[in-house]
Amino acid sequence: MKKEWKNFNEGLWCKEINVIDFIKSNYLKYDGDENFLTGKTDKTTKVWQKCEKLLKEELKKHVLDIDVDHMSGINSYDPGYIDKENEVIYGLQTDKPLKRIVNPYGGIRMVYQELETYNYKLNKNVDKYFNEFRKTHNDGVFDVYTKEIRKARHVGLLTGLPDAYGRGRIIGDYRRIPLYGINYLMKLKKDEWENMEITEMSDDIIKLREELSMQYKALDEIKKMASSYGFDISNPAKNSKEAIQWLYFGYLAAIKENNGAAMSLGRVDAFLDIYINRDLEHGLITEKEAQELIDQFVIKLRLVRHLRTLEYDELFSGDPTWVTCSIGGLTSEKNSLVTKTSYRILHTLSNLDPAPEPNMTVLWSEELPINFKKYCAKMSILTDAIQYENDDLMRPSMGDDYAIACCVSSMRIGKDMQFFGARCNLAKALLYSINEGVDEIKKDLVIPNVPKINDEVLNYNKVKKSYFKVLEYVAKIYSEAMNIIHYMHDKYAYEAGQMALHDTNVNRLMAYGVAGLSVVADSLSAIKYAKVKPIRDKDGITVDFDITGDYPKYGNDDDRVDNIAKEILNKFYKELKKHKCYKNATPTMSVLTITSNVVYGLKTGATPDGRKKGIPFAPGANPMHQRDLNGAIASLNSVSKLDWEKCCKDGISNTFSIIPSALGKNQEEQINNLITLMDGYFSKKAHHLNVNVLNKETLVDAMENPSKYPLLTIRVSGYSVRFNRLTRKQQEEVISRTFHEKI
Amino acid sequence: MKKSGSINSIETFGLVDGPGIRTVIFLNGCILRCKYCHNPEMWTMKEKNYTVKEVLTIVKSNKPYYKNGGGVTFSGGEPLIQVDFLKKLCSKLKKEKINIAIDTSGISYKNYKKLFKYIDIVLLDIKHINKDDYINITCKNEFSKFLKFVDDLNKTNIEVWIRQVIIPDVNDNNNYLKNLANFIKNNIRNVKRIDFLPYHKLGKEKYRTLNINNLYKDKEEMNKEKCDELYQKFLNYYNN
Repeated sequence: MKKEWKNFNEGLWCKEINVIDFIKSNYLKYDGDENFLTGKTDKTTKVWQKCEKLLKEELKKHVLDIDVDHMSGINSYDPGYIDKENEVIYGLQTDKPLKRIVNPYGGIRMVYQELETYNYKLNKNVDKYFNEFRKTHNDGVFDVYTKEIRKARHVGLLTGLPDAYGRGRIIGDYRRIPLYGINYLMKLKKDEWENMEITEMSDDIIKLREELSMQYKALDEIKKMASSYGFDISNPAKNSKEAIQWLYFGYLAAIKENNGAAMSLGRVDAFLDIYINRDLEHGLITEKEAQELIDQFVIKLRLVRHLRTLEYDELFSGDPTWVTCSIGGLTSEKNSLVTKTSYRILHTLSNLDPAPEPNMTVLWSEELPINFKKYCAKMSILTDAIQYENDDLMRPSMGDDYAIACCVSSMRIGKDMQFFGARCNLAKALLYSINEGVDEIKKDLVIPNVPKINDEVLNYNKVKKSYFKVLEYVAKIYSEAMNIIHYMHDKYAYEAGQMALHDTNVNRLMAYGVAGLSVVADSLSAIKYAKVKPIRDKDGITVDFDITGDYPKYGNDDDRVDNIAKEILNKFYKELKKHKCYKNATPTMSVLTITSNVVYGLKTGATPDGRKKGIPFAPGANPMHQRDLNGAIASLNSVSKLDWEKCCKDGISNTFSIIPSALGKNQEEQINNLITLMDGYFSKKAHHLNVNVLNKETLVDAMENPSKYPLLTIRVSGYSVRFNRLTRKQQEEVISRTFHEKI
Repeated sequence: MKKSGSINSIETFGLVDGPGIRTVIFLNGCILRCKYCHNPEMWTMKEKNYTVKEVLTIVKSNKPYYKNGGGVTFSGGEPLIQVDFLKKLCSKLKKEKINIAIDTSGISYKNYKKLFKYIDIVLLDIKHINKDDYINITCKNEFSKFLKFVDDLNKTNIEVWIRQVIIPDVNDNNNYLKNLANFIKNNIRNVKRIDFLPYHKLGKEKYRTLNINNLYKDKEEMNKEKCDELYQKFLNYYNN
């Protein structure tokens, strides 16, 4: 046993990298309530006040500052502080809080756009370097993209592809640094590199050796970066403060090196609790100091920023960074993994006010301690800042040491990584099947050989057959695009620091996604059960639909339409699976839009369900706005039918809004009802739920008087956001959603 | 025989009509024409649109949400009107061990007693406790039927939750509260809970679209705080 491990129970974890074994051998589960929690310390108050001032300034300027003289990198920046004297956890992305990094590896054109927006100019040397000598990920991708892919991208059939910025959604096992010390991790990577059995120097082996070598160097960079802050992280952390600091350096390296949309933290509650508990037991810290460490760690996570284009902001408003922090869950032996630190992390929503980041994600199990369930429900009602994901559903296949990346993507920490693939617009694809493959807005031919449908009334079987053909084609180009993107991303923007905190033999997932599911399900249902007449323009392209009669709508627990939704997902996933993935990744799929449902809708013509051109889609797997008419549970039941295990293992996002009075007469009733609601929903194998408990009137008022509600935080699809950071269109969309209420 | 019923709508997340989370099934048809009714669209009987089996499928789908005391509530309209449909449905629900509540004014021309063995809770809607006022509010002369229903109910062990709509200038006075307290104490057994519901006008749009004369068009809503105060007063009478 190393001396830093004193008082820990020994186990397999001492002989190999095995963080979950360390956790299970040492953690202390907590079944009690939240009464032990303490307020913030003076130090935290001082640090947070400085941050609040900066955040206000940032809100005014949109971007506080940009470092144009350095390029992203683990050790490219001088150490930065907020208030050195009062900080207990150190480390910023650059030398100043909220000063953003320039990351040209994904694409230099993006950087120009970003800088231009805020009137900054890139340092001449950097500019020259990336224009003359260094190829970017974006350059690589466009050297290979086919004209079919470019077209699909141009019309908005495939969107949000990570072909010009970091792919993100990779979670390093940042816990390995405090547990083992970075020297040990470096030694293991070196040993693997040196002792690799090579029968033939194949492409795969060459790539692997190069990556391993880059990983090793990245670990050394992390060590140097930590040392610039005055810490030697060679050896394991000795106490809770070091554990949090070491872990944070690992995460900090990731966000200095990369600018992926989602840079998630992983699952740290039980892990950190072991260190905190050891210190508490030995009288080294008090509960107040324990909370101080967590509060200040969370402050750091709230300051994470990436430089984005305006177009990106329109898609994903409010500077989301998806510092997703997975909390709770059970072990495979069905013991609760809830610790006091699970509470301490959620308690930052009280100590530091509600805020969107870190993206608090509770892994819900029916068997979580009732006190914890109550606390979560209470915090949801008070802050609208928590999302819930079904641990009972994921645990059997993901084990007990997985975490959520971004919104709904589960990965075994340090063992799985994913190739993020944004999403494809299923509703647009449906229009192609009716319009001979021609885009209804740009009028370009996107999909060849789609038979003409000129029926006066659309025929279900005919449209479905055509649609399935279209989906086959879409799956093909989508998978081609993904292979190209991730090949180039590995080549030009490899996440060495994060991958160094993975097992070398990592399991890869190819994460496809879909948008517009409810629009397609309702459209096909309308064609099947009502009478849908296309209204065509002079080119024969549908511009609208005339619908006579009623039809079953997704969101009412009606199998007639819910089965259509299921069938589409199964079909598309089946088609995606037919294509070989780069690096033998396993295909997965998500039903998730985040806030892009607004822009998707904007770029899609009228659909056969009666949705007009330009009207937003419902987010994620949500039923279309105001069409779920049989109450909240019928709506949840429809979503719960989508099969995570079978075809949507990258997650199924559902955002649920209910007005407080509809949830119960008083807080106690509201808490109990919310718990029963989630237990019921998740027992039906549903995957995810964003919970908002608020009045529509509050949002309408906040839209008109933003200054009255500076802290109003709501959950959109997969992340939380300050309401006043959404675009007007997004605010209107949120307000137009179904709020479950009852008279 | 395939039994069917006439259902206006189903609210799957009912939290105010009985304990826990409830599937509230709103049935069409009612004899009374209460001036304060907020569901006038359910007064008249309509086509039979749900079979027992179809309702059963919906309820079963919601069963995981029933822990914590939840279940099914029949409301309307007046559910007792469709007593045969309900009997068939309730016998199936009972096999699934589902808690059944019925939200009723007790007024039906049918033999409702055969339902009693399936019902766990009666949400008893008291219109008024004086005959004349009862007729004034409900526009129907059925007060004796109400008393008969209470009488029949008292012979069972069904839990009773009393619901009293409080209407400005109709029953928002001490005298009524006192009489109501005495009426309940002296006449109704197994009372587990009493709720006051402040009169609201959320149903007014329905009257307009259905082209039904809204006799309470100019009636003001009951103030919620005042209603709570009246309830506290009522409790004083009731508990003394």
